[in-house]
Amino acid sequence: MSAERPVVLATRAVERSYQLGGETVRAVRGISLEVRAGDWVALVGPSGCGKSTMLNLLGAIDRPTAGAVEIRGRDTATLSDREATRLRLTEVGFVFQRFYLMPQLSAFENVELPMAEAKVATAERRARVMELLDYVGLARRAQHRPSELSGGEQQRVAIARALANRPAFLLADEPTGELDAATGADVIRLLARLNADGTTLVVVTHDDTLARAARRVVTLRDGQVVSDGAPGAPP
Amino acid sequence: MIGSLAVRSLRRHRARTALALAGIAISSAMLLDMVMMSSGMRVSFQRLLEARGFQLRLSPRGTLPFDGEATLGGAQALVAALAREPDVIAVAPVLGGTVHHPRGDGAQTAFGLGIDPGVQGDYTLVAGRDAQGPLEVVMNRAFLATTGVRLGDTVSLAAAYDPQLRSFSGLRTVTVTGEARFTYLAAGQAAVAFPLATLQAMRGADGADRLSLVMLRLRDGADPDSVGARIERAQPRVTALSTRKAVQQAEERLGYFRQLALVLGSISLVVGFLLVTTIVTVSVNERLGEIAVLRAIGVGAGRVASQVMLEGLVLATAGATLGLGLGLVTAQWLNAILSGFPSLPEHIAFFVFEPGDAFASLGLLVVTGFVAGALPAWRAARLPIARTLRTEAIA
Ligand SMILES: Nc1ncnc2c1ncn2[C@@H]1O[C@H](COP(=O)(O)OP(=O)(O)O)[C@@H](O)[C@H]1O
Ligand SMILES: [Mg+2]
Repeated sequence: MSAERPVVLATRAVERSYQLGGETVRAVRGISLEVRAGDWVALVGPSGCGKSTMLNLLGAIDRPTAGAVEIRGRDTATLSDREATRLRLTEVGFVFQRFYLMPQLSAFENVELPMAEAKVATAERRARVMELLDYVGLARRAQHRPSELSGGEQQRVAIARALANRPAFLLADEPTGELDAATGADVIRLLARLNADGTTLVVVTHDDTLARAARRVVTLRDGQVVSDGAPGAPP
Repeated sequence: MIGSLAVRSLRRHRARTALALAGIAISSAMLLDMVMMSSGMRVSFQRLLEARGFQLRLSPRGTLPFDGEATLGGAQALVAALAREPDVIAVAPVLGGTVHHPRGDGAQTAFGLGIDPGVQGDYTLVAGRDAQGPLEVVMNRAFLATTGVRLGDTVSLAAAYDPQLRSFSGLRTVTVTGEARFTYLAAGQAAVAFPLATLQAMRGADGADRLSLVMLRLRDGADPDSVGARIERAQPRVTALSTRKAVQQAEERLGYFRQLALVLGSISLVVGFLLVTTIVTVSVNERLGEIAVLRAIGVGAGRVASQVMLEGLVLATAGATLGLGLGLVTAQWLNAILSGFPSLPEHIAFFVFEPGDAFASLGLLVVTGFVAGALPAWRAARLPIARTLRTEAIA
């Protein structure tokens, strides 16, 4: 049945290398992946295996040195900086390991920011901010600054912000990496609920609980895929 | 929304922003003062010359008004001839010189002016009434204070004093009818004004029918320079100096002031520029992670840059506004100090506020601040997103 769902993200033999001094670091070497609408993919693997690099390529904040990344069929290599920015604004939802909310803005304003940037009408975006904060369970904290929220709460605000412009998928890099087990579990439950409601997720993680919650686990080693399947399946 | 981020990021570091604002305010105050100084003395000198509405000054050929002791003879005939000039509506003859007030064993000196109380351009009455009779005078505060004389008192004044013989000549006992403020005298300089004929008579042969200076008021629309040229042809004994020419001559001598003001003003502008660049650069540097996140979630490079530029603009505008007040206060304070400058008219100002120049210079500072934000703004816009997120996450 997965074959009937549209492909939202695809990579074809994608490579990303960095020049470090005289040496070339091949962070991602020839990964081909397809992510379909409604998928929940966990990208796992040892530190330095290329997970973050891969996520940045998928979210059009980095460009491959070879191969192609397609977001809803659009090759990111062909986009101008302006087009890539627009694509990130409207099609991609980013969640970072550190919560990276704007410290000078309230939770409400943080969620509102991408919508203001996309020029969504004020009344509409107010309603949507409240809907999203309600969804992540923080409607009553709307006027609080990030410094007045716990780590787990900040991460839930960041997830609400990522969802603001109804992106095609959500990319999260170690979203529970800085949280304790209990608040991490809140975030995992939220991601599970989002996926159940139809949001496509690609999540980089070290966290076994989070990886097991995914529907599909892609394991990387040295910039290559070493296994791809249901969680718990033998590599 | 992005705009409010700029202001809020300034508010986030209140102490730092306040210090930067103080620095920018000081440099813009300095800039304003330098602009006020570069034209201040000229403007103020011109105002002083125009204060009592005389546009032309005649002095003995080849001298400047009150430059020396030279006097012109045939005063009555000269004044009558000048009064007949078609463009001249008032003639104010002046004879100036030292007068002496017997005091104890010696004499106190003061500047004495013989004038026509009906048409004079040298003082403004501040108390009492003008001298009307031949033995009436007005004095300034400095003279009243040192002699202890009051309005209505009589006082002895002489045209000359011989300290060897302790003898006075041309001595008169006159009544002080009023207190006056003399337009062209230095602070603290004692002065007294007599009816012209009285001072002439006191000076005997040396003063008979003589004067030092004539000031002319011209009818509206008359060109002082051409009237002056005509008078010089008809009266070869005099040199005519229009206010315009006098200001021009003064300006040539004030060239150094202008250069000084230009150099110091430019330095203030550079200091303002560096302050804004520094603060905005520091503010960008500590927000690299935030900026990378903004870019990652789809905020355009131009928006990020304009947020940073706005920060510079807000700093510069607020600093310049504070600087305006600070600069005016400083200028007033410096003017007060410099009004005691010896041998310069008390009422000449070094710093004069001219709105056009002042706002142009503060505008320049605001533009400078805006431009100062450009470099950090460009860096923020060009930030490599993925690499910054990575380094900031590790940091
Ligand atoms: N900007 C960069 N410059 C140089 N090397 C980099 C850069 N980004 C990543 N790398 C290298 O690429 C490899 C993969 O990094 P990364 O994708 O961050 O791994 P992971 O997220 O799996 O820990 C590492 O060896 C890392 O040192
Ligand atoms: Mg990583």
